[in-house]
Amino acid sequence: MKAELSTSLLNPADYEVAADALSSCVHCGMCNATCPTYQLLGEENDGPRGRIYLIKQVLEGNPVTNATRKHLDRCLTCRNCETTCPAGVPYAKLLDIGRNIVEQKAERSLKEKATRKLLRTVLPYKNRFTPLLAIGRVFKPILPAQIKSKIPRNVAKGKLPITEHTRRMLVLDGCVQPALSPDINTATARVLHKLGISLITQKKAGCCGAVSQHLSAEDEALVFMKKNIDAWWPEIESGVEAIVMTASGCGAMVKDYAHLLRNDSDYAEKAKKVSELCKDISEIIVNEDLSKLSITGKEKISWHPPCTLQHGQKIKGVVERILTTCGYELLPVIDQHLCCGSAGTYSILQPEISKQLQSNKISNLQQNNPNMIVTGNIGCQTHLQEISDVPVIHWIHLLDK
Amino acid sequence: MTIEAATRNKLIFQLAEVLPENFLLTTKEELRPYECDGLAAYKRLPVAVALPDSIEQVQQIVKICSQLQVPVVARGAGTGLSAGALPHEGGIVLGLSRFNKIVSIDSENLTAVVQPGVRNLAISEAASPYGLYYAPDPSSQLACSIGGNVAENSGGVHSLKYGQTVHNVMQVKIVTIDGELITLGSETLDTPGYDLLALITGSEGMLGIIVEIVVKLLPKAESVKVLMASFDSIEDAGHAVAAIIADGIIPAGLELMDKAAIHAAEDFVHANYPLDVAAILLCELDGDDIQLAEQVEKVDTLLKEKKAVAVEIADSPEEQARLWAGRKAAFSAAGRISADYYCMDGTIPRKQIAYVLKRITELSEKYGLRVVNVFHAGDGNLHPLILYDAGIEGELETTEKFGGDILELCVEVGGTITGEHGVGYEKIDQMCVQFNDAELTQFFAVKRAFDADSLLNPGKAIPTLHRCAELGGMHVHNGELPHPELPRF
Repeated sequence: MKAELSTSLLNPADYEVAADALSSCVHCGMCNATCPTYQLLGEENDGPRGRIYLIKQVLEGNPVTNATRKHLDRCLTCRNCETTCPAGVPYAKLLDIGRNIVEQKAERSLKEKATRKLLRTVLPYKNRFTPLLAIGRVFKPILPAQIKSKIPRNVAKGKLPITEHTRRMLVLDGCVQPALSPDINTATARVLHKLGISLITQKKAGCCGAVSQHLSAEDEALVFMKKNIDAWWPEIESGVEAIVMTASGCGAMVKDYAHLLRNDSDYAEKAKKVSELCKDISEIIVNEDLSKLSITGKEKISWHPPCTLQHGQKIKGVVERILTTCGYELLPVIDQHLCCGSAGTYSILQPEISKQLQSNKISNLQQNNPNMIVTGNIGCQTHLQEISDVPVIHWIHLLDK
Repeated sequence: MTIEAATRNKLIFQLAEVLPENFLLTTKEELRPYECDGLAAYKRLPVAVALPDSIEQVQQIVKICSQLQVPVVARGAGTGLSAGALPHEGGIVLGLSRFNKIVSIDSENLTAVVQPGVRNLAISEAASPYGLYYAPDPSSQLACSIGGNVAENSGGVHSLKYGQTVHNVMQVKIVTIDGELITLGSETLDTPGYDLLALITGSEGMLGIIVEIVVKLLPKAESVKVLMASFDSIEDAGHAVAAIIADGIIPAGLELMDKAAIHAAEDFVHANYPLDVAAILLCELDGDDIQLAEQVEKVDTLLKEKKAVAVEIADSPEEQARLWAGRKAAFSAAGRISADYYCMDGTIPRKQIAYVLKRITELSEKYGLRVVNVFHAGDGNLHPLILYDAGIEGELETTEKFGGDILELCVEVGGTITGEHGVGYEKIDQMCVQFNDAELTQFFAVKRAFDADSLLNPGKAIPTLHRCAELGGMHVHNGELPHPELPRF
């Protein structure tokens, strides 16, 4: 598609990405077919092709108003469109560029700014989010329904194994997951221990940066990324085999460090290495001898593949293979490619659309009466649990028995 | 033709009265994404976009436009490749994307009632639990909508055996330019009077706004096999197509992809296409097991006689789906090798395929533009994709000339300028080559019978005689001016 990009709006690196994205788009419209918001809203401006067109106008120097921002805000960044796109348009990269410019050109209301700032100030910091969640649990009965539903029950962290295997892997603790579901990483450590792998954490590593990145605070995101790289680097030099992600949202982000830091002379090389070493937990487990776990699963399971796993990291069929090998029965689920509406901070910022997607997703997941729903990302897990009749857990727990 | 400020104000005021918020777009910023459809080479900004979700709203919108004499361009999923949904500068776009419900599936009578914004593939998915499917399957079936399919009389891979849209629709409801809701066709196979349903099918939004459709569903075949034959020359593949059809075999699909198409599609789908051959033919055969085994053997032999260097047979549904996925993604995948493409849609007698492909290669050299060939070989429906870059000054114009030459070549060998994409805006000039002025005059008489003031998608599909005369001025053949009786402007 033809575009005359304004050089004054874009730095050379972004110019290259945007020009490549727009020239590979042929405006065929296939993407709209799998876009959750286009399906719900039936509006070109609320589908990927329309958003690409809106961004094109912005980058060509046309006037921008809140209307463009509204349509870009409604994008879940689920990247379903990237999976569908036959031309391989790097939509999310273009969206990041577009959102950053729109953020500057079309100013938000004070209330919106405050909400977004609050999210960025609390969520990525474990030592802020954890106590706030604890207070929230205490006052849960008197909180407004919208907030109440977002506070999950308390779960015990569980015991970490004592391990001294020669095979060592790092794991990212992350920011909200240790507070919402601290049992995921301990279960992962126990499973990997049985498979002969020691899982180690680096206390100095924290939020992967996704929260800031997706709220158009790129500089803030870069700080988180560099902090993690610095924290992991000594372990990487001492030969850890992989950096394991138990939340696919973080995984998609860390795999993107190489791109986001490609022009940073100090960090480009290190970021590349980190992205190469980054693996979703399913990518590790699928290559191991599962018989060592001696699991004979009996439950009927509905599997919800997070968008950051299936579209962001393009990992499909892997968790399914692991679970069926272990004897679990995976029930058919329709529209498995669609987002559940969690999408990071989306459920807070776009509650109406998020709720519709959530209710569609839950009815599809519960259609065949599963014993439980399993997923691979903390965001989806808590979001689905809000209205699910059956437990929603991380799939790794099914291997930890 | 643009709109006067007073009319524009009245129009927007009146539309806003009958439509809720978020159902009407009027700012340039939000209108731009509607300025083109799947053929992005042509763009026009409409005055407004209306996005109704009920038939009553459509009726009210059309009445307002009719009263104010404002053109109405209907749009479905906006995936069309002939700029049929290209807006009118003085008119509105009537978007039907919110009509996306499958109203009912009647598994006893093998029909489904659907709204026009329902995606083509969604019908087959919904019918699948009953062992049924909707046969016409355009390559864009994932995204294109059934209303647009009816408007363009779309075909697809399976049209060779199961027909195009016109053969698979029982009934439509349309809103006329006066805002009246009428039903054409019926739930039986024949209706008394003229076959107006056939007339509406393929009428490109120029006779009425389609608001509901009853489609036929077919039972899925007992067994299916897909053969993939490789050829060292594209002409050989063309001869093989002619031979299969001439032998009295009607495959469920018979498609040809040239080397460029194979490479672009393989890059996306990883279908294991052979990358070192000049062309492949994909041949789908279906039926009961015994009949099918005979056909597979026969086609296999024919292909090899016609110089196929290899023939592979895909048995499993997964393998077959992969082979077809590449074919169906091939157009869009061309975005991997070119900034823009211009897709032609000429149809020719099957025996001419090899000759026409050779001539297209020569034209490609003459114009210095690459061509990708991926098309419905079995029904002789060509889809040469001319690769160009709209960012390069003059390249679109060269492309249009090249495309025009291809279509005229199709007419020259006894074919037509469109097989399934519609004429739209893109091929309107070639209609002057295909039809004489007496024929075009009759087309206009039909148009006037439905839409006296020419408000429904004006300027598409049927060129005015003046337009042809103007074009004739540029296209003088053997010193003879076409339409000498008309004044030149």
